[in-house]
Amino acid sequence: MAVGPVAKPGKTKFKSAGAARSPLLGIAMFSPAVLYIVLLIGLPFLLAIFYAFSDARIGTEMDLAHFWRHLVGLDNFRSILQSPSFRAALKNSIIFTVAAQVIVMVCANILSIALEKPFRGRGLVRFLILLPWVAPVSLGTIGWKWILDSIYSVITWALVTLGFVNKYSPPMWLGQEGLAITSVILVHCWRLIPFSTVILLAGRSAIPKEIPEAASIDGAGFWRTLFQINLPIMTPILGVAILFGTIFTFTDLAVVNLLTNGGPYDSTQTLPNLAFNQGIQGSDLAAGAAISVFLVPVLVVIAYFMLRVANRAEVV
Amino acid sequence: MAVVETRKLTKVFKQGELGAVNEVDLETREGEFLVFLGPSGSGKTTLLRMIAGLESPTAGEILIGGKVVNDLTPRERRIAMVFQSYALYPHLTVYNNIVFPLKAQKVPKNLHKEKVEWASSLLGIGALLQRKPRELSGGERQRVALARAIVREPSVFLLDEPLSNLDAKLRLSAREELERFHRRVGTTTIYVTHDQVEAMAMGNRIMVLNKGVVRQLGTPKEVYDDPADTFVATFLGSPPMNLMEMDGMIVGFRPEHFRVSEDVKESAKVTFKFRVENVEYLGAEFILAGFLQGGKTDGKKVIARLLLGHSFEIGTTYDFAVAERHLKFFDRTTEKRITPRNFAWQ
Repeated sequence: MAVGPVAKPGKTKFKSAGAARSPLLGIAMFSPAVLYIVLLIGLPFLLAIFYAFSDARIGTEMDLAHFWRHLVGLDNFRSILQSPSFRAALKNSIIFTVAAQVIVMVCANILSIALEKPFRGRGLVRFLILLPWVAPVSLGTIGWKWILDSIYSVITWALVTLGFVNKYSPPMWLGQEGLAITSVILVHCWRLIPFSTVILLAGRSAIPKEIPEAASIDGAGFWRTLFQINLPIMTPILGVAILFGTIFTFTDLAVVNLLTNGGPYDSTQTLPNLAFNQGIQGSDLAAGAAISVFLVPVLVVIAYFMLRVANRAEVV
Repeated sequence: MAVVETRKLTKVFKQGELGAVNEVDLETREGEFLVFLGPSGSGKTTLLRMIAGLESPTAGEILIGGKVVNDLTPRERRIAMVFQSYALYPHLTVYNNIVFPLKAQKVPKNLHKEKVEWASSLLGIGALLQRKPRELSGGERQRVALARAIVREPSVFLLDEPLSNLDAKLRLSAREELERFHRRVGTTTIYVTHDQVEAMAMGNRIMVLNKGVVRQLGTPKEVYDDPADTFVATFLGSPPMNLMEMDGMIVGFRPEHFRVSEDVKESAKVTFKFRVENVEYLGAEFILAGFLQGGKTDGKKVIARLLLGHSFEIGTTYDFAVAERHLKFFDRTTEKRITPRNFAWQ
């Protein structure tokens, strides 16, 4: 056969684009993204894995040329697993994440249904709902710290004024175990609801309007349409919302660090906050890194299952 | 089975604007196949959606089986509807799609299987029950939608352009199937379409709508042979009726009635000189376009539809004629049909 330079079908498409003829241009176009990922995510990640298996501490010099001398095997993991703080943090991280996700999903669903149909001022309401997401976490959390303050709490003031609460023994929103846990969960919800609402709104509006209409003609009421038609069709997008929400809550440092710093008595301690406290503030880099790395397999498993759900997308 | 009635039914979407549906009075007959026919934007779908309960009327009443249903939800109206897009539930199998209305209407569980099998065998989709909608062809989806509609044995069937998503060949067979299906189940059916051929072929009666107003309601023969106004005259029939304005009125005749003069056997006929400008050969017939020459009608554009048997040259003038009984007269201002009158053609 007389064969000229045969281009694969995919390649010819690029050729016709003209600009992509030089491979250098392509490399130049995507190298910033690769650099960004390697330098800001890849290297710190590898370093954290290394620290987790080492005896690194802030202030001690490390001889990186002979890094294997610093390796201590699984010692760090053994020691954190024995620490009560770590176990409390692991338990709380899971509780916060699950509780916040349940509340967020319920509220975001209600909001997305409410915001679907046009009404006067819908644009303004959508904007207001989105605000907590737009505001920096730390600023929002500082706001909540004041709202939940033991002396200046506006909630306490309101409850006292309404006569629900004794003025002389007000609830310590961030100082009592149960209340502190509840407060942290609610601040997480406050932060995540806008995000999930927007995702669910997009999911709802992607359902052709004839489908819920057909359901109503078929005799389905509100709940049946919601649970047997709309939500199952939205499963992939719900999966995405839950995946992101889970990762945001599970890895969040700011809310707990600013509100309670894990207290009282580790009752609101979470893994990221513990890692920060021990690794950076307690200068035990190795322990901090071990706690952080401990999160990775957990998150990988969650991400794997969520993406599987998302992949099962049904096309109308 | 039941009769659907509307009384002065009106829908205005935006206040101050012209209504999408204006004071429509309608009464279906028991078990009939009624077609709402009109161009897009004529309000036919809105009218259907109001009957279904998906749209609430601005004014007027809807009655199903003699009962006012304005305030009833779609499910309380005991109707079934097939949507243009079929609106199958994408995440459910065909079986679960068909059984959904039974579950929703709390039909005893032990009857489900039997009823689904009945409906699916009626439409010949028994082999598809475990498939998902995305694994079906357009024609199969349409049948699943019909099965889902029929399974609960509704009192009224509403069909919103169910054939428009099918390709031309499939559409013809699906049309026949629908007709047979209707004859078999005998449920009062309202069918919305913009396709006049579908309407003529399927309807017991046709309601022609334009701009939210009923232009005519009658059998296919009535709306075709005795159009109530110029809109109906031109909307039905392809090519449309030839209309020309003369002496303060509008005179019209159908292209198939405009024939070579010697073929028009009636003695009461009007003859024209017809100059052919374009010839379309369609296999079984010719479509001739051209204009009239001489007299008052000089220069009027006319279309003729003839069976084979003659040959025509472009640019040549022929003797054509229309039998007087085929002439239709319309008022020039109201465009409504008026009684035939004598007329000086020359």
